[in-house]
Amino acid sequence: MKLSFIAAFAAILIFSSCDKDSGSDFQPGDTGSITIEFDNVVGPNDLELNTGNYTNGSGEQFTISTFDYFISNLKLKTSGGTEYVVPKDESYFLIKEEDEATHEIELENVPAGDYVSFTFTVGVDSLKSASPVSERTGVLDPAGDAAGMYWTWNSGYIFLKMEGTSPVSTTTDKKIFYHVGGFGGYDSPTLNNIKTVTINAPFESSAKVRKGAETHPQVHVFADAGKVLDGTTHISIAENSMVHFSDVSADIANNYANMFSIDHIHND
Amino acid sequence: MTRLISLRGVFLVLIAAVSASCQKEVNGGQEAAPDEELVAMPLQRPSNFPDIVYDTASNPITKQGFELGRKLFYDGKLSRDNSISCGSCHIQTSAFTQHGHIVSHGIDDLLGTRNSQAVVNLAWSSSFFWDGGVFNLDLQPLAPIQNPVEMGAELPVIIEKLNADSEYPAMFGKVFGSTTISSANLVKALSQFMLQCVSANSRYDKFVRNEGEQLSAEEQEGLSIVRQKCSPCHSTDLFTDDRFHNNGLPPSVVNDKGRATITLNPADEYLFKTPSLRNLTYSAPYMHDGRFRTLEAVLNHYSNGMEDLATLDEQFRQNNTIGIPLSDEEKIKIIAFLKTLDDERFVRDPKLSEQ
Repeated sequence: MKLSFIAAFAAILIFSSCDKDSGSDFQPGDTGSITIEFDNVVGPNDLELNTGNYTNGSGEQFTISTFDYFISNLKLKTSGGTEYVVPKDESYFLIKEEDEATHEIELENVPAGDYVSFTFTVGVDSLKSASPVSERTGVLDPAGDAAGMYWTWNSGYIFLKMEGTSPVSTTTDKKIFYHVGGFGGYDSPTLNNIKTVTINAPFESSAKVRKGAETHPQVHVFADAGKVLDGTTHISIAENSMVHFSDVSADIANNYANMFSIDHIHND
Repeated sequence: MTRLISLRGVFLVLIAAVSASCQKEVNGGQEAAPDEELVAMPLQRPSNFPDIVYDTASNPITKQGFELGRKLFYDGKLSRDNSISCGSCHIQTSAFTQHGHIVSHGIDDLLGTRNSQAVVNLAWSSSFFWDGGVFNLDLQPLAPIQNPVEMGAELPVIIEKLNADSEYPAMFGKVFGSTTISSANLVKALSQFMLQCVSANSRYDKFVRNEGEQLSAEEQEGLSIVRQKCSPCHSTDLFTDDRFHNNGLPPSVVNDKGRATITLNPADEYLFKTPSLRNLTYSAPYMHDGRFRTLEAVLNHYSNGMEDLATLDEQFRQNNTIGIPLSDEEKIKIIAFLKTLDDERFVRDPKLSEQ
């Protein structure tokens, strides 16, 4: 008798735990999938590696040969304010401009709902950055997918990497390097360039996650690589052609924290 | 009571069901069970040493894992052109340093900017490199493998190379249960070998452990001076505090800012990790950039060679002067004592040698 009561309570708990927005066209407990596409652009133009010529706010010309960054710890919020946190172990993504397969983040088993707000970390959180080697798999494997996005000499991930060329660069070969990382330090506090970004759906649109394969919302995010050098702070290439682990990187991180926006959402 | 337990059981099932409904279980992949023939080779803490820092539970050492790590340590395959192994710059007979080299010679005979550090008693260390930039021994080997002036390799290429090797996959399979070599298992195997590089059998060790060794009067006087004047940094029987200090070395043209490279904190400029005082006979030259060839030169630096930099450790500022006042007689006694920290058994131990 008592057990069956508990079982009934359990059922309520299970169904109510995932979503509290009960829309008309979905049931509590329904889950579906959603795709977030990171489309890298430079201002009004699509980002074209090596061939695109761009000009920063300081009037300096540059090209981009590499544009890679980590997205992690995603949180989705519905119009009703219900938040869905993507399970931590499934919440690390490395977007590489040169590899189209990495541009789309696919989230599955997302509770049905109308999502209007998306929060994520640009980079890798400090807990993961300090984790034992056995927990660094997939895109976080420093000798695998994350090779080139990891500082072996100063244990930590490079959160965003932009490389290219510029006629005003002071390096040999006129190359430019912007490698931004820094999770705050393991036992001595230092640079923390972990940025949490929230982007909202354009006016009155939402990503409608529903059960079944027929509906599959796609959130089209623009990431404006031009903002890396131009945001709150204008970074002059002539003055800073090569930025790695240094204070200037904090300005760059503050800049790119504002490079994301949702252009539109498909619900088909 | 029975009911209580069963109710609690039901509740646990509920919790599991609730969390399972929101979270997809991550399947770590099915791996074969480790071979039963694995022989445990736990790390022993010498009785005069402090507690072990390395999380040995996360990487239990086995004889096979140690031997695999040793093979990797001495294998040039970990470098771009198969020419440089870990053992190239960490030579056992030099107490796992590169004796006679101010800074190490790496791939294509390129030079680094720092003196190679001893692979000794690393289980008691909480940070690695002269600037402490790496905070876990398992993450340490990634740096020299990838450093363009050391082993100059791309890590994924090394993993690929090892996976294509005729011997390694089976060895990894035996030790870790998976014949697919992962970066985690590569560095864990190397750690298993490096952790066993324990130097604790010098004459001094046997003396403090009352194992029948005697130190001469001069050596004992040297010990007293070291304990009195050097021990804030060269502390415990590891003879290092594992911390970072500016010991007044005038910056060289390289202008290596040491710990500040990692923390970006101006207060950490020109601070370097305290090295152990063990095995100094085998491991000259000294200091992070190998600038001193002899122990006499080192002691002369401490007594009257320091530069008064803003970040000079406060311990070197006493009585309106800088440095550690040392008479010639004291220096002789200190050196006599330091030689009692030479661990010949360690530098000759065949178990740690290239096979």
